[in-house]
Amino acid sequence: MQSYILRRLFFLPIVFFALSLMIFSLQMLLTPIQRLSAYVSTISEMKGGQEQIAHLIKKYGLDEPFITQYWLWVKGVLQGNLGWSETARGPVSEVLLSLFPATAELVVLAFIPSFLCAIWLGTRAGANHNKLVDHIIRFFTILGWSFPTFVFGLIMLMIFYGFLDWLPPGRLSQWAMTDVGSSDFIRYTGANLIDSLINWRWDIFFDSLRHMIAPVITLTYVNLANMTRLMRTSMLETLRQDYIRTARAKGLSRRVIENKHARRNAMLPVTTMAGMELASMMGGVVITETIFDYHGLGQFAATAAGSLDFPAVLGFALYFAVVLVLINLIVDLLYPFFDPRVVLK
Amino acid sequence: MKTLKYLLRNPLSLLGILLLLFFAIVAILAPEIAPVEPYQISPYFTPRSSFWPTPEPMSKEHFFGTTQGQYDIFYGLVWGTRTAFKVGLGVVFVSSIIGVSVGSIAAFYGGIVDEVLMRIVDVFMSVPFLVAAMVLTTLLGKGLGPMIIALSTFGWMTYARVIRSEILRIKEMDYIHAARTYGSSDFLLIFRHILPNAFFPVLVLATMATGSMVLAASALSFLGVGTEEGYADWGQFISYSRNWIVGQGDQPFKYWYTLFFPGMAIFLFVFSWNLVGDALRDILDPHIVRK
Repeated sequence: MQSYILRRLFFLPIVFFALSLMIFSLQMLLTPIQRLSAYVSTISEMKGGQEQIAHLIKKYGLDEPFITQYWLWVKGVLQGNLGWSETARGPVSEVLLSLFPATAELVVLAFIPSFLCAIWLGTRAGANHNKLVDHIIRFFTILGWSFPTFVFGLIMLMIFYGFLDWLPPGRLSQWAMTDVGSSDFIRYTGANLIDSLINWRWDIFFDSLRHMIAPVITLTYVNLANMTRLMRTSMLETLRQDYIRTARAKGLSRRVIENKHARRNAMLPVTTMAGMELASMMGGVVITETIFDYHGLGQFAATAAGSLDFPAVLGFALYFAVVLVLINLIVDLLYPFFDPRVVLK
Repeated sequence: MKTLKYLLRNPLSLLGILLLLFFAIVAILAPEIAPVEPYQISPYFTPRSSFWPTPEPMSKEHFFGTTQGQYDIFYGLVWGTRTAFKVGLGVVFVSSIIGVSVGSIAAFYGGIVDEVLMRIVDVFMSVPFLVAAMVLTTLLGKGLGPMIIALSTFGWMTYARVIRSEILRIKEMDYIHAARTYGSSDFLLIFRHILPNAFFPVLVLATMATGSMVLAASALSFLGVGTEEGYADWGQFISYSRNWIVGQGDQPFKYWYTLFFPGMAIFLFVFSWNLVGDALRDILDPHIVRK
């Protein structure tokens, strides 16, 4: 067990190295002048025309060979310097950190119901193979795969905001924003739900919840199909095992067999996949936040990409990749607790 | 042949095949269905009747209405079918070739080659697909080409994994040992004896991927980093509808057509590929007993 953790931790720097190399290579697709924008924060620095630009390129080493530049860049990144974002008018790293809680809040809130729902639906479908329930669930998973997230989100907006006016876009109502911004409201985490509870402001808590319902449903919907499908296959496989037959022969009820004996084992592959699913949910965040005007990482990335703010986009990619690698690591390390059969070497 | 028979007998996959045929016909006959106007630079750029900002409802001239800026929705959807086929098949073609090559090399040579290649696959898999594709398209610039490159760059890993595990399974079979004893070269072994037998899982994957790649491409266009403004592309048309979703005053669904028609087009296209792919996967799964 210990050696497994150590090995995983040993591989971590290698993965990070490869990731950084990948993102840096992407960056090198740009011309030196485009890359210069990451270093320049005010117009006045650019005064002096071509000569000044040439001087700056020299100063930041943007015409050096690949390896030298990579080294300079990594040094900067390790010190938390991801460059200057023109869209946010601030350093990329600061912007990303300040927006992270909003997105994390959204993803966590969407992930838990989609995981539980997928387990339940998958179990039902697997246990009733080729019966009506199975066909219906299967049909809906294909439907879920095929229906574009952004159309789904826009329809949600059309009905619940345009028609019913229940679920407004944005992250908070105007009055709540003023309150949150005031000095009485202390920011602990940056996540509205948690902060409002600590400050004992139930009105802000419910307001923030109300703004999150629509994006959370949209995000959940994106991931439900994949995980349900996986759970169904896994359930089918588990139900074919000998020990299930033994349990049946012993005369245990169907319910006990399905819910106690089969489901727990069938959940294992789904748990492994959960890390990957979290990754695709992070991708979904970009679309969801854009549609619902939810001020988080995803929306920031989309705006930055639209206005060709390269430092912001690349910084975002690096940030996301690092978060994902860490999440996957955690899932892998937790795995032995779910499956005691796994003897880690 | 047996596969085709199964596909045609299963009602869901039959529906998928019929829908795909319909889309193929629309794509081929696009110039007949939505004639190109004489002043257009390229047929892929949707003609606009004026620059009026508010969408116009359905009429004789515009079957599905117009978007903001008066792009004709019907024209955009018909020519967008071609775009969808180009993106879907293009990305799947490129990424499956990369994936199959990497996977075959890794599986066939094993050892350190395998280890290195598979770690590269892991790294590519650790970046979220849509985000990575968005970043790369942003860097490469707008257009169909950059989009296909970006989606392929981050879409080949599953092929590599699947083909690798298939080859590892087949490699140890007796007929491969026999072929090796007869003195087949590595090249011949891979291309003649192994790959044809590992082909089916890749086909399933490719079918499912065609749909999801079209989805991803339209998401990129929706976010504004995909195709150029006015390009006949379904995602692009949905992004035009964004400002009109909540309707106007007491008519919340006034501009429904700006979202409905492009949304349906994407949905049905992806849906049909997935129906076929799903049925193919059932055929592949040896556990499922077919009656």
